[in-house]
Amino acid sequence: MNRIRSAPPRYWLVLVAVLFFVGLPTVVTSFQSSEWTQVLIFAIVIMGLNILVGYNGQISLGHGALMAVGAYTSAILIHRYHVDYLVTIPIAGLLTGLVGFLLGIPALRLSALYLALATFALAVVTPSLIKRPAQFTGGVQGILITPPDPPQFAKDVFGGVTGGPAMTSDQWLYYVSLVIALLLFWFAWNLVRNRPGRAMRAIRDREVAAAASGINIAGYKTLAFGISAFYAGVGGALYGLTSGFVSPDTFPLSLSFQLLVGTVIGGLASIAGPLVGGIFTFWLPILSNQFVASQPWIPTQVAAAFKNAGPAVTYGALLILIMIFAPNGVVGLVTAGYARLQARLRGAGDRGSGQMPSDAQTV
Amino acid sequence: MQEFIQQVVSGIASGAIFASLALALVLIYNAMGLVNFAQGEMAMFATFIAFTLIGHGLNYFIAFPLTLVIAFAGGVLVQRVVIRPVERAPVLTLVIVTLGLATLVNGAAGFLFGYVPRSFPSPFSFRTVNILGAFASYQDLSVIAVSAVVLVAIYLLLQRTTIGLSMRAAAFHPEASRLLGVRVSWMLALGWGLASAVGAVSGIMVAPILLLEPNMMQTIIIYAFAAAVLGGIESPLGAVIGGLIVGITVNLAGAYLVGGDLELAVALAIIVGVLVIKPNGLLGRASVRNV
Amino acid sequence: MAKMGPRLCVLAAFLVTLAACGGSNAPAAQTDVGITSNSISLGNTIAQSGPAAAYGTIAAAEQAYFTYINNTKGGVNGRKINFKVLDDAYTPANAVTLTKQLVEQDQVFAMFSGLGTQTQTSVRDYLNTKKVPQLFVATGATTFMADYSSHPFTIGWQPPYQGEARIYAKDILANHPSAKIGVLYQNDDYGQDYLKGLTDGLGSSASLIVDKESYEVTSASTASQLATLKAKGADTLFLFTTPAFTIKSLVITTALHWEPTIYLNSVSNPQVYMGIAAKAGAALKNVTSVGYIKDPTDPQWANDSGMQLYKTVIANCTTCNVNDGFNIYGVAVAYTMVDVLTQAGSNMTRQNVMNIAGTQLNESNPFLLPGVNVKTTSSDHFPITQEQVITWSGTGWTLKGSLIDERGTIK
Repeated sequence: MNRIRSAPPRYWLVLVAVLFFVGLPTVVTSFQSSEWTQVLIFAIVIMGLNILVGYNGQISLGHGALMAVGAYTSAILIHRYHVDYLVTIPIAGLLTGLVGFLLGIPALRLSALYLALATFALAVVTPSLIKRPAQFTGGVQGILITPPDPPQFAKDVFGGVTGGPAMTSDQWLYYVSLVIALLLFWFAWNLVRNRPGRAMRAIRDREVAAAASGINIAGYKTLAFGISAFYAGVGGALYGLTSGFVSPDTFPLSLSFQLLVGTVIGGLASIAGPLVGGIFTFWLPILSNQFVASQPWIPTQVAAAFKNAGPAVTYGALLILIMIFAPNGVVGLVTAGYARLQARLRGAGDRGSGQMPSDAQTV
Repeated sequence: MQEFIQQVVSGIASGAIFASLALALVLIYNAMGLVNFAQGEMAMFATFIAFTLIGHGLNYFIAFPLTLVIAFAGGVLVQRVVIRPVERAPVLTLVIVTLGLATLVNGAAGFLFGYVPRSFPSPFSFRTVNILGAFASYQDLSVIAVSAVVLVAIYLLLQRTTIGLSMRAAAFHPEASRLLGVRVSWMLALGWGLASAVGAVSGIMVAPILLLEPNMMQTIIIYAFAAAVLGGIESPLGAVIGGLIVGITVNLAGAYLVGGDLELAVALAIIVGVLVIKPNGLLGRASVRNV
Repeated sequence: MAKMGPRLCVLAAFLVTLAACGGSNAPAAQTDVGITSNSISLGNTIAQSGPAAAYGTIAAAEQAYFTYINNTKGGVNGRKINFKVLDDAYTPANAVTLTKQLVEQDQVFAMFSGLGTQTQTSVRDYLNTKKVPQLFVATGATTFMADYSSHPFTIGWQPPYQGEARIYAKDILANHPSAKIGVLYQNDDYGQDYLKGLTDGLGSSASLIVDKESYEVTSASTASQLATLKAKGADTLFLFTTPAFTIKSLVITTALHWEPTIYLNSVSNPQVYMGIAAKAGAALKNVTSVGYIKDPTDPQWANDSGMQLYKTVIANCTTCNVNDGFNIYGVAVAYTMVDVLTQAGSNMTRQNVMNIAGTQLNESNPFLLPGVNVKTTSSDHFPITQEQVITWSGTGWTLKGSLIDERGTIK
């Protein structure tokens, strides 16, 4: 309902956001660009997870494992077969998508609860599975990837705009990630607005009813898994490229967990949610760790204790609070607030319920 | 041959550890149709409470029941504060909340007690018994024995008491139960309290073997999942049998098939295999899907 | 999407301000980034949360030593040490981001004592490209000392795992030439490095190893592996394991009625852990290890001046357990760091400090066993190579024989 009312400003906001992201590296340092690259990468993976969890009602606690598939595909292609790094990104996405599609088949037989269990176990097992084919994956040593140099045209354009020092590898990878993120967000937006998206949501809300109305449940569920994994694979490839290194410990259980937290905090079944989720996923551990410790008014003892327990406790508490008080995440809060504001301006008494609606907002 | 017997005996010992935690998982499942991802962390935390009590000079046999009471109260409290607001939300929401709880409890334990492993006292001797040339310690046997006692207690509670019946009714037919005068929400709280206490028993029994530290239960919980799923997640007896089978299988597969480094992968294979081939496990009943 | 844009803009503006404030250190002559007339800034990433959080105390102990130097000596040559520690949770991707932050945003002079093989490998190329010293990494992985020529801005500190394993090999060949060796190792760089050192050290006698079994940090128990080793007829057990698994393995070995000669690695040998193992039922007969650092719980150092200094220093750290072996490690490596900075004198450039650390070190460290030198030369970049065989007496470690030096044996 408020979707229609708020439609016009939305395109402006998208434009502002895109301009913001395009211009960002010209005003911040190379390091800060690299931080935002991580935000974009998390946003990509979370977008994929959101397609699975938010739009299709399946669950995965193992998306870190899928990122590992993407990252290792890319790293092995670059390191062993000297494939151009840009070419490896779509290959990593497609291969991971295939893996996800195959995972989606046994997932069909599992209820949400059991799927959570199985993917949780997958996330824990991943590092030891990676070590096994050591001649291929580099085993416990991992694989180093030399950071790519920006191509000449990018250096020219960037240098022309900033007039400052030459474009760094980090800045170039930022733009690579940005272009990919824009493409994948645009694709997701189209997906959820059209027939596949409607079918996925129908399955999420009333599976048996959806089947009765002729929706191919198995097809769409495995498709959701495949697409979701594609996003994770692309994100994983970028994650490896920007870190310059992939190894078993790069993909711990906590990564899968962070991704799920990001999905939930941003807002399930929302296109803007994953971006917010990416921001949280990247900044939350850093802020909970560094911000508190650097505040002079917080006693050292407390700050030190917070450092040890900080990320875990903050994550846990936030997750619970958000699920209880704002099941639609930050984006849900903002849209609800916006709707309430508009309602008040128009003198109408249209209040949001605050509970998880069966049809979560789409933007 | 002797090695094989030792592998089986050691497997049974580990299996008893998995079973003891799986029993708590089964209780929660019976109470609200949910798998509690925080079960292991709550058990670990309760064990730290017992450790602190004993450290303050309390006798083991006083600290043990006192910890169970505290754990029960803690479980009820967690249900009231954290679970109740979302108890009618989709499974996804509940899974995420229990994951959040797991992280929170783990972080809090690290913050309060530190990460250095500690030895946990045990009234059972370190001596061993000889079983066909293989050895098991009294500690291992005590875990098996206590798990059996807990199993019988849970069985009696669920099958032979009105409270147990009300609990199960509240979990699987909440509306009908409400009409019949069952206080559904408090039944769930009771389930959480009991599961928390059973988890505490598990933690206190296994801590002398696993060493007490915040990450003590982090991988045990996965083997416990495998045990519960294999046994049929609503069946206490299934959880124990499942635990023993998982323990033996993991050991034998580690020793003779895939190598010790892939033991956890065996547990994963069990989880996925059972869920795909026989989702109700060995002793579970088929459920009807709600529209 | 509502309200997104402005939010981000505010955040960005905040970040820009931060950057502008952080990067305005005017460099003076003979110094580099991170050095001012009264301060030296060092950075570190370590696990303070997650499964490896037990290591986090090392950085706190290092911080305690720098605080001690700043307070009692006024810093190093009039410059106070500013030590910034960030939590990488033991994952390489975090280490990369945080190291970049320390180097590019916080403008540290050098990275000091970063912990973990995978995490430190992930930032090694970056730091070497930027010519930022990666000093005294907290891992015994051989590559951090052996590959100095390709990574001249990286140097380790503690004895290499392979060197330690070679000492065990020597001890076997000298005292148990017909041993049947069973190895239990953690399946990661740490366990594998030890295993390689043992195999290399045994050389033509490598066939003495009758079986090797691995486990993952996610394993519930090592009972299965130990039962296999026992069944394979091993009479000598090597534990290349981390402390918690070492304790469990010692207990299980006793429960299996197995009494092999046991060699356990130095990471697991602090008396605190031996005490836990004994309490949990381990027999601890015929246990051999090596040491290079003084154990705070060992009564033989009670009146030792180095140990007393350690206790004074560690009092500066409210979260540190004085008996934790990790803490004296932290203080000892911080001592070397201060030593290097002192030697650099007024020539506080990254290149000069790296030269001293990598090629001109020669110190006797009060926290290390008597006679252990921290030493590097233009052709040798393994700072600590001497270790002493120790045996467990039932109440403590007894030093056995004299120091064994593995300098030059590992390439």
